[in-house]
Amino acid sequence: MQNLSVLAAQWVAPSVDYHGLAPELVVAGGLCLVLILDLFIDDRKKWLLSVISSFTLLAAMIPVLTLALSDVQVRSMFDGRYVVDNFSLVMKGVFLLSGYVVVLLSSSHVEEGEYWRGEYWFLLLSSLLGMLMMTSSRDLVSIFVALEFLSIPAYMLAAWRKRDTKSNEAGVKYFMLGVFASAVMLYGMSLLYGVTNSTLLVDVASQVTGTGEFSAVHALAVVFVVVGFAFKVSAVPFHTWAPDTYEGAPAPVTAFLSVASKAAGFVALVVLIYTAFPLAHDIWQPFFWGLSALTMTVGNVLALKQHNIVRMIAYSSISQGGFVLMPLAVAGMSGSANSALRSVVLYMIIYAATNLGVFAVILAVSRKTRSGEISSFGGLFSYAPALGVLMTLFMASLAGIPPLGGWIAKFVAFQSLLSSQSSWAYGLALIGAVNSVIAFGYYGNVMREIWMRPVPDGDITQIKIPGSLTLALGITSVATLVFGIFPAIGLHFADLAEIAGALSR
Amino acid sequence: MFVNQFLFLGAILFCIGVYGVVARKNAVLMLMSIEIILNSVNINLLTFALRNSSTDGHVFALYIIAVAAAEVGVGLGLVLLVYRNKKTISIDDLSEMRG
Repeated sequence: MQNLSVLAAQWVAPSVDYHGLAPELVVAGGLCLVLILDLFIDDRKKWLLSVISSFTLLAAMIPVLTLALSDVQVRSMFDGRYVVDNFSLVMKGVFLLSGYVVVLLSSSHVEEGEYWRGEYWFLLLSSLLGMLMMTSSRDLVSIFVALEFLSIPAYMLAAWRKRDTKSNEAGVKYFMLGVFASAVMLYGMSLLYGVTNSTLLVDVASQVTGTGEFSAVHALAVVFVVVGFAFKVSAVPFHTWAPDTYEGAPAPVTAFLSVASKAAGFVALVVLIYTAFPLAHDIWQPFFWGLSALTMTVGNVLALKQHNIVRMIAYSSISQGGFVLMPLAVAGMSGSANSALRSVVLYMIIYAATNLGVFAVILAVSRKTRSGEISSFGGLFSYAPALGVLMTLFMASLAGIPPLGGWIAKFVAFQSLLSSQSSWAYGLALIGAVNSVIAFGYYGNVMREIWMRPVPDGDITQIKIPGSLTLALGITSVATLVFGIFPAIGLHFADLAEIAGALSR
Repeated sequence: MFVNQFLFLGAILFCIGVYGVVARKNAVLMLMSIEIILNSVNINLLTFALRNSSTDGHVFALYIIAVAAAEVGVGLGLVLLVYRNKKTISIDDLSEMRG
């Protein structure tokens, strides 16, 4: 107690950089507004809430842009526990824009469902706020709080259809495994705090060294923390929740989980291995090697035998996660640390654009067919040529066919692996190459349905696409094309020298 | 200070919690097992904070207590939802989706 009172006497209020916090403050204000307005406005005017949510996300992009253009490169707050640097700004932009596209995807879906509309927008915005915080957190406590902040609303979103037992099942499975994973991660963090006597990532890094005194506790702590986030990115063998949750949750929520929530897990992993464990690469490099090889292979093989389109996309997103993890297996080597960071960031940007596009097409088609089967895409080109072409584009991008975005993402990932010049990296690159070929099996299957199969039941009525969905399709398809044809644009955003606070190697 | 004894207690509680999550099929018992893991984390943090005479561990433990309360609130809400629709809280009965 004495210790505490001594510290209390020394306490001074920290200086807060409000410009640096502006994106978070805008989103926080927007979500409070949505929550309060939901109580007072008439049921027929609830569509206003989706408009407010989308404008909140666009308004939060303004401070992100002014911060990116300002002269201050790194804004460090609270003794370096909350840092706004180029990495966090790029990821904030990705989260805000993918959140905006998810709002566009949801608005017609939510309006037609007669469900709890106000709560939906509130939960979506709170989860996004947690993701914005995750990009800037450089302390074990703030990483934990950001993780729970983004996860807890996501559990509720997955179970959002209260009367639908599938949605309940999705929510409960996601919740149980997610909470268990964060509990295991916390145990790892407590050990990490014990051996390093600090929760600040930079201090942790200076204590967790790869030279000499490396105890079993260090190894256990690092592995437990990484396992906690492996659940979040649904890496095999911690993926069991993903297919069931993706299939059972409402489709726009699935889009959100498979893109934004997954990217948040990768952000946390990247921040941890670059700022907290850069010298412990002997532990996490082999771990990521195995995780990446398993994730790519198992995700692909299971995706091959799926009949439900959302379930197939769930397994495909697991295997795409393996490709994101791939360069992390060499991120500890001095020659390839920067290229691995670039590859992870670029892959996340392009994957977000493409996968959101896939969900926009799925939502548009299911408005007519009311079915989740892959066969319901039969003959799509004959009655909705635009949707057919767009779905082919997104599938080709996920499969990695030039000149689309997915190709350049995979190219940079392989380049990063090969630049490390180690035989382990060559082995992983080989596994990745084989998997890209296997993946073409199920992506090609969808294309064959669209172009070559007859329309089921011969029903060729037109699909009415609401305006918001058209806008979402436009944004995602343009992004997928532009990143592929002009790779320099994507690389410009992904070319980050390093994460602020990381030990220089 | 009996640092080892407290850490040992934390490790035992962690193992009991993990066993509970893996072995139990009742959703409420699984939630309780997760709480046991979180308490083992708190014991660890407080022990390390006292040994290193720093306050970071105390602060971390307070955050964990607060966030765990929010987590369990959501968890019990989800369990109640399942009970209303299916009249069961066994995890094994949640198997509509497979493959």
